[in-house]
Amino acid sequence: MLLNQFLLLAAVLFAIGVYGVLARRNGVLVLMSIELILNAVNINLVAFSAVRETVGGEVFALFIIAVAAAEVGVGLAMVLLLYRNRRSIDLTEIDQLRG
Amino acid sequence: MTELLTLAASTAPGLPLGITEGGTWLLRNAWLIPLLPGLSFVGILFFGKRMPRGGSELGIALVGIAFVLSLLTAAAWIDHRDNFEGEEVHRAVAVAEHGDDHVEAHAEAHGHPSLGVHNTVTWFEMNDVAFTVGTLVDGPAVMMLVVVTLVSLLVHVYSTEYVAGDRRYTHFFAFLSLFSASMLLLVVSENTLQLLVSWELVGVCSFVLIGHWWEEKPNSDAALKAFLTNRVGDMGLIVGVTILFFTVGSALPGQFGSFSIAETNALAGSGQLSHTALLVASCCLMAAVMSKSGQFLLHTWLPDAMAGPTPVSALIHAATMVVAGVFMIARMYGVFFEGFSIGGSSINLMALIGGITTLIGACLAFVQRDIKKVLAYSTISQLGYMVMALGVGAWTAALFHLFTHAFFKACLFLGSGSAAHAVHSFDMKSDMGGLRKVMPHTYRTFVIGSIALAGLPPLAGFWSKDEILVGTGGWGLFGGTGGNGAYTFMLIMGVVTAALTAAYMTRCIYLTFFGEFRGHGTPHESGPRIVVPLWILAGLAIVAGFGNLPKGFPLVPESFQERFGHFVEPVASYFPSITHATPSWSLAIASTLVVLSGVTVAGWYYFVKVEAASKAAGESLTELPDGLTTKYPLARMGHTLLVQKYYLDHLYTDVIAGGTKGPVAAAAYKVDQGVIDGVVDAVGENAVKAGNLVYHRFDQLVVDGIVNTSGRASSSAGGELRKIQTGKVQDYAAILFAAAMVLAGVLIVIV
Repeated sequence: MLLNQFLLLAAVLFAIGVYGVLARRNGVLVLMSIELILNAVNINLVAFSAVRETVGGEVFALFIIAVAAAEVGVGLAMVLLLYRNRRSIDLTEIDQLRG
Repeated sequence: MTELLTLAASTAPGLPLGITEGGTWLLRNAWLIPLLPGLSFVGILFFGKRMPRGGSELGIALVGIAFVLSLLTAAAWIDHRDNFEGEEVHRAVAVAEHGDDHVEAHAEAHGHPSLGVHNTVTWFEMNDVAFTVGTLVDGPAVMMLVVVTLVSLLVHVYSTEYVAGDRRYTHFFAFLSLFSASMLLLVVSENTLQLLVSWELVGVCSFVLIGHWWEEKPNSDAALKAFLTNRVGDMGLIVGVTILFFTVGSALPGQFGSFSIAETNALAGSGQLSHTALLVASCCLMAAVMSKSGQFLLHTWLPDAMAGPTPVSALIHAATMVVAGVFMIARMYGVFFEGFSIGGSSINLMALIGGITTLIGACLAFVQRDIKKVLAYSTISQLGYMVMALGVGAWTAALFHLFTHAFFKACLFLGSGSAAHAVHSFDMKSDMGGLRKVMPHTYRTFVIGSIALAGLPPLAGFWSKDEILVGTGGWGLFGGTGGNGAYTFMLIMGVVTAALTAAYMTRCIYLTFFGEFRGHGTPHESGPRIVVPLWILAGLAIVAGFGNLPKGFPLVPESFQERFGHFVEPVASYFPSITHATPSWSLAIASTLVVLSGVTVAGWYYFVKVEAASKAAGESLTELPDGLTTKYPLARMGHTLLVQKYYLDHLYTDVIAGGTKGPVAAAAYKVDQGVIDGVVDAVGENAVKAGNLVYHRFDQLVVDGIVNTSGRASSSAGGELRKIQTGKVQDYAAILFAAAMVLAGVLIVIV
């Protein structure tokens, strides 16, 4: 089976996601990049599950989709509040946690 | 009845104790009787002030219930004594142990056995010794329960009038209740430890009640004196109990000690304990008796204790607490019987102390001005009688005298209180006289009590006193005798005391009730709450003696003879087998004549000579102006000796206390300054030096160095680390991914 192609696709997606998380300054785009990372993981899970002919991977993938939905809900709510308070969603400006 | 068999088996090999766990509910639950006044104490203490009658109603109610319970218990005991089915089992055990013939002979000599009812719970256990609390209900315990609750109840009622309006009315009743509870606990005690605790409790109550009016210095001094004198004897009790504990342990397999009274007595009686140990223990316990029961050498606190309110004197210092010592001897009689070899001697420590006490007490009663002190010395004298009786082996007579004495002495004390209440003084010579006309009830009851005390037939004192005289076994004329030994010396002391008692009571009655009134104001008879208890006690002083008519007394059927002895004297293994003396008509007649001669001499002096002198002088005299003491120097010296109470108080306070205080204090000061201070100073200085050394060399350099270095290190590390805390999310994320990569790399390398 074409396992390698799936893994390559997932790795590319993961790399794009990491780049997005680290480099983008827009909060919404960072959240979207996180989604990319999670979906890269999902592809891996489903691919391995298909190769090994078990359903554990698919079940995990479903769980991840559900959790990611919740996570995006919370994340978007946070971005919304940030925008209301500061009129900006630029993450580089948010550094109140600096020690 | 398997309990009895196990009890027998648990002690030294096959020793039956003569006790049972059976018996009726009342006999097994005698602990309720001390509990009731105990509850009354707590109730009065917390709620007494808020009650309409200041708590006295609660005290009277609960003591009344306790009295009823005691009567029911006595009835149950009478039934138990004759009809308890456990006796067959007891007999079976005895037959198995000693053989049939022995038991037959024993039963013939002593009547069939009485089994004491024993009920205990384990308080705590230590090294396989169970420390128990519980009750041992038998004849003497039941008798004391009835006497204590009855006198206590009457005194409670009497007090509601006597101390009415007192500043510490509630407090007074609370402690009357606590005293009753402690005394009742003492009489049902099953072991010596419990006995010791209640013994101390009655001592504390005595202290509190003597010092009831503590604002006046003499009262608080008297309370302290009573307490401290009693402490001297208490030490004897503690030491004696401890000796017995270990001595008994030495005879019990697999146990190093026992406080159980039944076990102690049974082992002592069976000859399994060392005689020396028993003798030493008896002497120690005797010291306790000397202090608590006012025996010679330690009796000096008892007359001073009259500083307390009169009801207290009647209850505590005449009828109940002071007989605790007598009761303790009766309880531990197996120990004393063996320890002092009462059975076969003609003199021993206990009989001698009792005999001396009874004489010196009676002599001192002659020179008192204070009516209560006359009665106090009379009490000392009568307690001496009881101790002497126990010392000669006349156990039943002693307990019977305790029983009758409680009634007539309480009657006399309450009567003296009633007279003093009317004239506001206790001084017979300056403030009394002629009260016969104005206080008819007090007068009559006082005379009845006096006759009973003097011992004229047929009143109570005659029967009990006569039994004691017979019990000395010293009367060989016309067939009397047969006691435990030939205590002729004690017989003489007893007879002399009987004459003296009659004479001083005649003097007391004359000074109080005859002649003309010498005080101030117009005395009048006390109210019903005083008079009714007086009549009840006077009635008992008349009839109580019929409880133990001598064996062979011709006027009544045999079933009425020696009832008291039958029900009260234990016939059990925990009680020594004592020999009973045969009653003697000749001794009874002789002692009555002696008493009459005492009355006659004193009566002739007061009712004839002093009366005539009073008429001649035109005022009410209390003694002849030219009497013996003014005429003869020797008589005057004797009088002074008595007034100074044999100089015993001087001996104690000046010679013993003063003599030890001075040198001991000086020596203690020297030791204190020279030795102890030196040691303390040297230790202190060296400690300072050592401390300095440690501070400079160790504390500052080593300990502080470690602490400071570690602090600086963590501070600078923190300074470096804070630089990576930029607060930017993406920096953190970068670190996260970097770390994840490193971990992944590590994973690959390792796997």
